[in-house]
Amino acid sequence: MIISVASGKGGTGKTTVSVNLALSLTNVQLLDCDVEEPNAHLFIKPEIKNTVPVYIPIPQIDKEKCDFCGRCQEVCAYNALVVIKDKVLVFPELCHGCGSCTYFCPKEAIKEVDKEIGCVEIGEKDSLQFAHGQLNIGQAMSPPLIRTVKQYANPSRTVIIDAPPGTSCPVIESIKGSDFCILVSEPTPFGLNDLKLAVEVLRKMKIPFGLVLNRADIGDEKTDAYCQKENVPILMRIPFKKEIASCYSRGENIVGALPEYKEKFEKLYKDIVRCRT
Amino acid sequence: MKICVTAQGNNLETKVDPRFGRCEFFIFVDPQTLEFEAVQNPNIAAMGGAGVQSGQLVANKNVKAVLTGNVGPNAFSALNAGGVEIITGISGSVKEAVEKYNKGELKPTGGPSVGSKFGMPGKGQSDK
Repeated sequence: MIISVASGKGGTGKTTVSVNLALSLTNVQLLDCDVEEPNAHLFIKPEIKNTVPVYIPIPQIDKEKCDFCGRCQEVCAYNALVVIKDKVLVFPELCHGCGSCTYFCPKEAIKEVDKEIGCVEIGEKDSLQFAHGQLNIGQAMSPPLIRTVKQYANPSRTVIIDAPPGTSCPVIESIKGSDFCILVSEPTPFGLNDLKLAVEVLRKMKIPFGLVLNRADIGDEKTDAYCQKENVPILMRIPFKKEIASCYSRGENIVGALPEYKEKFEKLYKDIVRCRT
Repeated sequence: MKICVTAQGNNLETKVDPRFGRCEFFIFVDPQTLEFEAVQNPNIAAMGGAGVQSGQLVANKNVKAVLTGNVGPNAFSALNAGGVEIITGISGSVKEAVEKYNKGELKPTGGPSVGSKFGMPGKGQSDK
């Protein structure tokens, strides 16, 4: 089973939930797909065994064959190619590596060359399998890297995916194919606003989901009211507790510092399994 | 001979737009006769690559120079490939900019004056 952890709003506790859930289960694998700023490893402290570079194909123009017809520019959805007089300019940082230009070039004047965008690091901590992506600094194109991280998913294990914040392409790429998605939010106006967006996304993607309400005792009642109205199950409430914040700040885990939480995360998993059946 | 000035409106009296890729209007003007054509920028709301597209639009008009507030790296490459002189740091009205150009007071820039995404909503500045 693949369980992804997403949020809408950033900083609500996705990594906290992913990591502590992973540490509460057996036969589990954690994939950190927040490749722009992966941080689950800070809490898991895995031993990295393997580093695999990830590339996307970037067009390269054969100046002998090109007749500057402009077809490549026409089919590029991202303005990554432009024909100016007798020159074709390629802007690699705008390229998504989709291959349309190469496919449609009538002169076969385009070949694809690999450009490194980041790497996947694979490791383990005790019996926990771990992998994450590291996007190179200056790169804007995270979905191809996220896709590669997900290729390391181990189907014989419970796979937990820590997704990036928001509701845009990197999030879609991360949660696509999940059997269940845990949304993590906090009961504040910002938390609720972004939760609503995330709920819309998950409904559209037809992924079953439930909410973990973090810092559940701050803010207002509006998130609860929304969940009741929209039939969003609240699977767990984590209080706003100094002990939790302080163990987080030291790179420690809730289930390590406050062992009673292990049971709560085990129950979260059981409830997810029940939601699914 | 024509030059291009980025503008916040469609005539010579309006202010120079400090953004290149996402300026409101391109004014293509003959600096001698002041005859001009104002073209509304179709790339204002582009998701990405506005500088590339605008650079191409201007380069294909066979202008000698472009006068604007700032250009980013992609627009700079596109304009450069089209052999267009790039003059940044321009403010005031379009007409004043053209007059300065005629007096030979303006010097082309050797590189982009701002980073990527400068003209995106909420980024950089727009002195409207």
